[in-house]
Amino acid sequence: MSVREKLTLDVQTPLAAPRRGRGQRSTYLSVGFILPAIVLLVALAWAVAPGLFVSVGPTETVGPALQSPSGSHWFGTDATGRDLYSRVVYGASQSITASLIAVAVGLVVGSLIGITAGAVGGKLDELLMRLIDVLLAIPTLLLSLSVVILLGFGTGNAAIAVGVTSVAVFARLSRSQVVSVRTSEYIEAAYGSGGTFFSVLGRHILPNSLTPVIALAALQLGSAILQISTLGFLGYGAPPPTPEWGLLIAEGRNYVATAWWLTVLPGLVVVLVVLASNRLSTLIGQGGKA
Amino acid sequence: MTGTELLRRVGQAILVLALAYTVAFVLLNALPGDAVLARYGNPDLGLTPEQLDAIRASYGADRPIIARYFDSLWGFLRGDLGFSVHNGTPVAELLAEALPRTLVLAIIAIIAAIFLAVVIAFTASYGKGAWLRTIFRNLPPLFVSLPVFWIGIVFIQIFSFRLGLIPAIGAGPVQELILPVATLAIPIAAPLAQVLLRSIDEVSEQAFVKVVRARGASTSWLLWRNVAPNALLPALTMAGLLFGELVGGAIVTETVFGLNGIGSLTAQAVSQRDTAVLLAVVVIAAIVFVTINLLVDLLYPVLDARLRRSHRVKNRRAGDEAAEDRSTPTPATSGEPQ
Repeated sequence: MSVREKLTLDVQTPLAAPRRGRGQRSTYLSVGFILPAIVLLVALAWAVAPGLFVSVGPTETVGPALQSPSGSHWFGTDATGRDLYSRVVYGASQSITASLIAVAVGLVVGSLIGITAGAVGGKLDELLMRLIDVLLAIPTLLLSLSVVILLGFGTGNAAIAVGVTSVAVFARLSRSQVVSVRTSEYIEAAYGSGGTFFSVLGRHILPNSLTPVIALAALQLGSAILQISTLGFLGYGAPPPTPEWGLLIAEGRNYVATAWWLTVLPGLVVVLVVLASNRLSTLIGQGGKA
Repeated sequence: MTGTELLRRVGQAILVLALAYTVAFVLLNALPGDAVLARYGNPDLGLTPEQLDAIRASYGADRPIIARYFDSLWGFLRGDLGFSVHNGTPVAELLAEALPRTLVLAIIAIIAAIFLAVVIAFTASYGKGAWLRTIFRNLPPLFVSLPVFWIGIVFIQIFSFRLGLIPAIGAGPVQELILPVATLAIPIAAPLAQVLLRSIDEVSEQAFVKVVRARGASTSWLLWRNVAPNALLPALTMAGLLFGELVGGAIVTETVFGLNGIGSLTAQAVSQRDTAVLLAVVVIAAIVFVTINLLVDLLYPVLDARLRRSHRVKNRRAGDEAAEDRSTPTPATSGEPQ
């Protein structure tokens, strides 16, 4: 396990105090599980069907500019009189879809590299792992900026850029999984009973190595949301009229003195979703371990 | 550590750096539209294709990519980082100008982060009252879930506009740094506090702690004599990672607070597609990262007696996976459940 993975796992451990009694722990678990699950489900529902949650479009002018939050406009209105709540809801489809793409890119490319390196071994393994070292040697944001400068701005490109930064983590984990499974006795037995390289890989090595990799994918979602919103904030994501969480906060920045809700509320939504996905993935990880 | 091992480790670091340079160069030079076109291609300038070609030639951008690669590599080795495509200034000059401010910001932020992490970890372990400990225990997971740019904006909102403590415009040189430092310290403090907390938890569960306690040791004795040395090693392994957080944090923080430094220079370079500047920043960051990790690896056996001499060889074999992760085997954390 690399330092970085260890850290993501560490940092996101919800720290259920080990000294607590049993009964307390289980109530903590149920509340601690249901709450983040609801937050995530709502966010996903926003992303899939924003129209169900708001009646006004994200770019419609619905009232006077810079109205503070009220019963009719929950999150207030922005500088051009658009409903901020509606923009946040529609922004979910941008931000969450982009994060899912990012995780998918990291998962697919990283696992392919890791599984190849682990299953083939030898010189190829050495070469691939040095490449992964290189990816790790460039700080995350700089790496995604390099990809953004190469591909150009936009939500899709930002998603790929964020995905590239998680390739190394996935490659490391899947490789170490494959290597540890490969050296176990039942794999030797499978080869011994006449299995070819690919049949053993497909039937035994992969099914037994992928579970932790999937768990890591869940963990990466929260960090992908953060990174996507950072790129959006810096202006490398979706172009302005599009509601994207990072961009919403960037647009609200000019009004910090007069309209606090423009930056605080979208930010709180991001924090809640990231917290929820981090907690949930750790709980799932713990459940798998127990 | 033997001489050959040392050489092997240094060689590996240099290889990674050479590869990093190559990857960054290829990434940043594979642009479909080149920077010359981006800057001079505007029809308002009325430049003919021939003139554009001449400009390209003056930047050396018309030569084959292999030739440019070796040119630029040779330049980097001599400390010549090329010229900004945007305004023609030598990149080294731009960086030298921006570096001091960023260094000041980074150093103060690191110190603040270490302080914050220690306070969080100690309060979470030894604070008075269970509720206080629970709150502090949940701070690091909360901190990693906060977008850095949002922290900065909320700080400006609270401290500059609500409370009026720090003027948003025209702050003095010291005042100007308070909020950026606080913003940058949070993402660095979170992982550090987490590692400290875990080390304290692990050490406290060990049998020798009971013995030391039974013989009358106070909590502070325990902390400084037994917990701190054990926590130092895993914290040290994270130095490279924290550097990554620092770079990312600096880019965002400097942009939010409008400070001129390496971070805002980088953000500008991306907006202007100034590949020369970004290449230099990426390569320098990679050099610092690889050097930090090399130093940590070399320091490990010095700090941890268990990793010296004969053990070293055994650990290399047993922990081949771990060794490749650049994290030298860490006995202090080996008890973790996988």
